[in-house]
Amino acid sequence: MYRSLFPRDVFAEMDRLQRDVQQAFDLSPSIRGFARNGFPALNVGGTSKTIEIYAFAAGVDPATLEVNLERGLLTIAGERKSPLPDAQAKVAVHINERFEGRFRRVLTLPDDADPEAVDAKLRDGVLHITVQRRASAQPRRITIQ
Amino acid sequence: MRNDVHTTTSNSPRSGTASQDRSRYSDAALTPPVDVVEDANGITLYADLPGVSRDKLTLQVESDTLTIEAESDLTVPDGLTSHHTEVGLARFRRVFTLSKELDTEKVSAELAQGVLKLCIPKAEHAQPRRIEVQIA
Repeated sequence: MYRSLFPRDVFAEMDRLQRDVQQAFDLSPSIRGFARNGFPALNVGGTSKTIEIYAFAAGVDPATLEVNLERGLLTIAGERKSPLPDAQAKVAVHINERFEGRFRRVLTLPDDADPEAVDAKLRDGVLHITVQRRASAQPRRITIQ
Repeated sequence: MRNDVHTTTSNSPRSGTASQDRSRYSDAALTPPVDVVEDANGITLYADLPGVSRDKLTLQVESDTLTIEAESDLTVPDGLTSHHTEVGLARFRRVFTLSKELDTEKVSAELAQGVLKLCIPKAEHAQPRRIEVQIA
């Protein structure tokens, strides 16, 4: 395998700049970092009854995919194999931007997440996780005496 | 670019103004990451298109330009409010200029688990020929 460019070098520099800017603006990161530009990319939203997490994990072997919910922490882990041939093959790699290897992303769920009612579906490379909120935490109208 | 992702959240789980945003940013699209490898037979391209089904993928070759356009169809529950968005658009677009030894008539494409694999073979007359290096 021959590379016709040294990958990601310019981008590494841009990443560094971006980190500098983020620090300059003093956006205090969570203890697990800013959690952007990770793999898989995550969108998180919620309704009054559920918490919805979308992980954009294209090309991940479903057998390697692991979703855990423990002590309010949701972990998404797995592995994406590189389609690139091994180093001996007579192949030129012109562009190499896709993530490869093992990944693990962790996010904190709200306190009312029910660890017994988690549902995960993988479709077209999007992992959709639905966590039910506990019934006791759902909005209730309080009658005034 | 970063700013775009934040302001254009048409695909992301959210409620309310999503449809307005969609028309306002109808031209905006994400650039999918790709791998491109070349061997003696041709070029293979892999592109990450999470959430894209086969009928929402458009591949176009026009003279020497390859255009990949795709739309992801995420169905989100009603009344969803977004807390954190990293993928803020539902469209992907990327354009490549092909070189003339590639046979654009014989392009084959596969889409599996949100990954597009595109094989562009080299034309018959452009198959490799080893050039002897003369030693002077």
